[in-house]
Amino acid sequence: MTRAGWTGTLVFAVLAALALGVVARATYTADLSAFLPRTPTARERLLVDELRTGLASRVIMVAIEGADAARRARLAADLAQRLRADVEFVGVSDGDRAGLEETAAFLSAHRYLLSDAVTPERFTAAGLRAAIDDTLGVLASPEGLAAKNLFPRDPTGETLHVLDALGERSLPTTGGVWSSRDGQRALLIAQTRAAGSDTDGQQRACGAIRRSFAAAAGALPAAPGAMALRMSGPGVFAVTSRELIRDSVIRLSGLGTILIAALLLAAWRSLPALLLTFLPVASGALAGVAAVALGFGTVHGITLGFGVTLIGEAVDYSIYLFVQGAPGADWRATVWPTIRLGMLTSVCGFAALVPSGFQGLAQLGLYSIAGLIAAALVTRWVLPEWRPKSLETRDLTALGTQLWRALSSIRPARIALALIPLVAVLILYADRAALFSRELSDLSPIPEGEQQLDASLRADLGAPDARYLIIASAPGLDAALSAAQAVADRLTPLVAEGVIGGFETPTRYLPDAATQRARRASLPAPETLAARLAEALVGLPVSAARLAPFLHDVEQARTSDPVTPADFAGTPLGAALDALLERSGPAVTAYLPITGPGGGDLSPAALERLRAAVAGATPAATLLDLKAEADALYAHYLRQAVSLSLAGLAAICVLLAWALSPARALRVVAPLALAVLTVAAALAAAGGRLGILHVVGMLLTIAVGSNYALFFDRLARREPSAVPRTLASLVIANLATVAGFGVLAFSAVPVLAALGRTVAPGALLALLYSAWLARLEAPAAPAAAAAPAR
Amino acid sequence: MALAAPLAAQLAAAPSSPGPDALDALMHELAARPSGHVTFIEVQHLAVLDRPLESSGELLYEAPDRLEKRILKPRPETLVLAHGVLSATRGKHTRTVELAAWPQVAPLLESLRATLSGDRATLERIFSVGLEGDAMRWTLELTPRDPEAARAVTRVIIRGESASLRTVEILLADGDRSLLTIGPEVAP
Repeated sequence: MTRAGWTGTLVFAVLAALALGVVARATYTADLSAFLPRTPTARERLLVDELRTGLASRVIMVAIEGADAARRARLAADLAQRLRADVEFVGVSDGDRAGLEETAAFLSAHRYLLSDAVTPERFTAAGLRAAIDDTLGVLASPEGLAAKNLFPRDPTGETLHVLDALGERSLPTTGGVWSSRDGQRALLIAQTRAAGSDTDGQQRACGAIRRSFAAAAGALPAAPGAMALRMSGPGVFAVTSRELIRDSVIRLSGLGTILIAALLLAAWRSLPALLLTFLPVASGALAGVAAVALGFGTVHGITLGFGVTLIGEAVDYSIYLFVQGAPGADWRATVWPTIRLGMLTSVCGFAALVPSGFQGLAQLGLYSIAGLIAAALVTRWVLPEWRPKSLETRDLTALGTQLWRALSSIRPARIALALIPLVAVLILYADRAALFSRELSDLSPIPEGEQQLDASLRADLGAPDARYLIIASAPGLDAALSAAQAVADRLTPLVAEGVIGGFETPTRYLPDAATQRARRASLPAPETLAARLAEALVGLPVSAARLAPFLHDVEQARTSDPVTPADFAGTPLGAALDALLERSGPAVTAYLPITGPGGGDLSPAALERLRAAVAGATPAATLLDLKAEADALYAHYLRQAVSLSLAGLAAICVLLAWALSPARALRVVAPLALAVLTVAAALAAAGGRLGILHVVGMLLTIAVGSNYALFFDRLARREPSAVPRTLASLVIANLATVAGFGVLAFSAVPVLAALGRTVAPGALLALLYSAWLARLEAPAAPAAAAAPAR
Repeated sequence: MALAAPLAAQLAAAPSSPGPDALDALMHELAARPSGHVTFIEVQHLAVLDRPLESSGELLYEAPDRLEKRILKPRPETLVLAHGVLSATRGKHTRTVELAAWPQVAPLLESLRATLSGDRATLERIFSVGLEGDAMRWTLELTPRDPEAARAVTRVIIRGESASLRTVEILLADGDRSLLTIGPEVAP
């Protein structure tokens, strides 16, 4: 090894050790954060917080299918019982009546402070008479069976009124537990202690549900018909996507590596050569992860998945070295400048991704830049030194000559390439309306079937998917409740008008202190109440003497303290209240989820009226249309991806024009542009919608393909004898790239699949078109001795 | 009536526990009516009140399992029992419950519905059934089987004349009772 070789190796070893240290200490995540903006606006932060930790993120919907209704109901009740005892859950609802009775008892105890019917008018003689008359109607109905014992204490029916106002869910029940409308599923809702963003916590919760289900199923007497557990919810999705991403990354990187190794082993027929080929790749991956860890603090799992792509290009460098670095040829003078220019071209392309607000893209950009530079440097300074003199890779000149013949035979047909832009533009134009995907959910790795299950469970449970959410924050609990009440007062008329279907508010459970005090003040003093009651009861079938407990309870309420969240602790309502209030330090946030009429979406006009109503509330509250916000965020990402890709393309063109000449740069870029157009048209024609990762894939196609085009550009200026070896190296490098990206195309993670489906065919076409369009002369004699480089 | 003679003979033979044939004959006769629309008056005696509650309205029945109780006075309310689901509409509020989930209430409505439809199987699933009288004037005594239901409802007594029901008397465990008297057919 030369002195320079020793220096290079030493520097390499030190840097590799440093990078390993960084990689080992880095933190890795696989949650939604890759899809979230790096520097969110205040609104986006609300959206992000809501998606990650908010109200809906803690809900796991559980369904039991199979067997018969009775067995499902028994299993569901047992499962709910077990989950209530589990620390992972703060609440489990399955529609059982024990919970309802407990709730009724709690509400009854605090009815005069919690009922919004309590006003001074209600406690006048006329008000009392009307209220008692209504309650008599209830007593006459089947509900009276439950209500009549309350009558002497609560003749005005406040307990029932509060229960009604809480909108006790009118879900169908079978055997005492909730069931789907078609009666084929028993349902329950579990609320996890862990936030939706706490994927480990969600995974524990999912595991607890599975274990309890198995235990409960085991406790049932044996009978035919197996029962199946289905779960859905944001936390379940987070767990599923983490597993999918992890699986995908491990499996696909492994598969890609094996495919490329097999290809190279077939070409080299030498294990040491194979290992050396992977040295730049491994160095690049190490440098890439280290750079992302240093630049972002956290490495996202999906970045490692994108990292497979790096194998595709970095492996090319060593292939060019081994194939074109023929005996006696000065590799550093002939081949390295082309690799260097190709690497710089790719870096230009990836650099365009770094400023992206979409973290996944920004990480991919930085990872690839660091990885490619490291791989190229290792190829230039370390690899040749480590290559033993005795190591001879196979001479692939014969393969190259065959390729040349094949290429020559199809060259006359290249005029047909002129048709490609024409046809492609026509297809893209015809498909322009549906060309780009518009929904953030398109990035979600959750399979279609799971998303449908989620939708059907939500429909069954009437669970709001929390698309519309009003958020009111204030310093302190009572201020937040007041703010929520101010919004609620403006929403009530909208419900009456049918503009919105309904809304939930923490004040429905817990009114603010001022409201409670006002209600307390509406209760008359004992003598006044007794006199008014006597007047109210004239002609009614009940005497004042029977209602003595009523007088007692009112007097007690008149002197009681306001209800606080502490009073709710441990009751079934406590969980519901907790879900609608979030404390972070002194600040308290109240959530008011809105449902559309009939549970559907709001019309634009309705949304406008809702927005106006919220805007008019004091103190200020914010209305979020989570789906619209998320889709707007996605549209923003997409626009950004397109403009950044165009910027990357422009940078590549400028670089090439500067390094070569404008005319040569055009010849280099033309086949790449054709390849991208072909792939875009093919994807559109196949009915797919182009997303962010397709756009990025096109940029990658140009970055990777530029290597091929540059070699052809160089070949046109070298002696013809270099043609066969160059061709052979390009085909092997291309196959390696296609293999690396090709496996991605089969990923269950849509972003990885989109990248693979764009770049694998794109890279193949880039080579084909470059070869087709290159101005090459026939090699004089395939076996000729190496001539001096130009 | 052709059925009357054999039914009377059966009842004479076993007055307190109905032979399968006597109950079958009655059920058969009741099942022959596909629908009905009658008025009713109901008087409820509740211990928490000093005077009974009176209400009136219309009963609508469609075979085999839709029963509607339309209370018109003094406060309008509509109860619909269909396919085992009860919906109660008072004012703008409608509440829907599955009867099976509400064992105390089930006997109150299922007694009437199952009798009207001549559904012996359901009747005997929910109640132990006693039949007295003859085909012209019969009395069904229904005692809830479900222990939870029995804690609320002691007995339901339905009196009728051939294929027509006359009264439904409900005795509750707490001593409260109600008597629903079925009036003339409402002209369609």
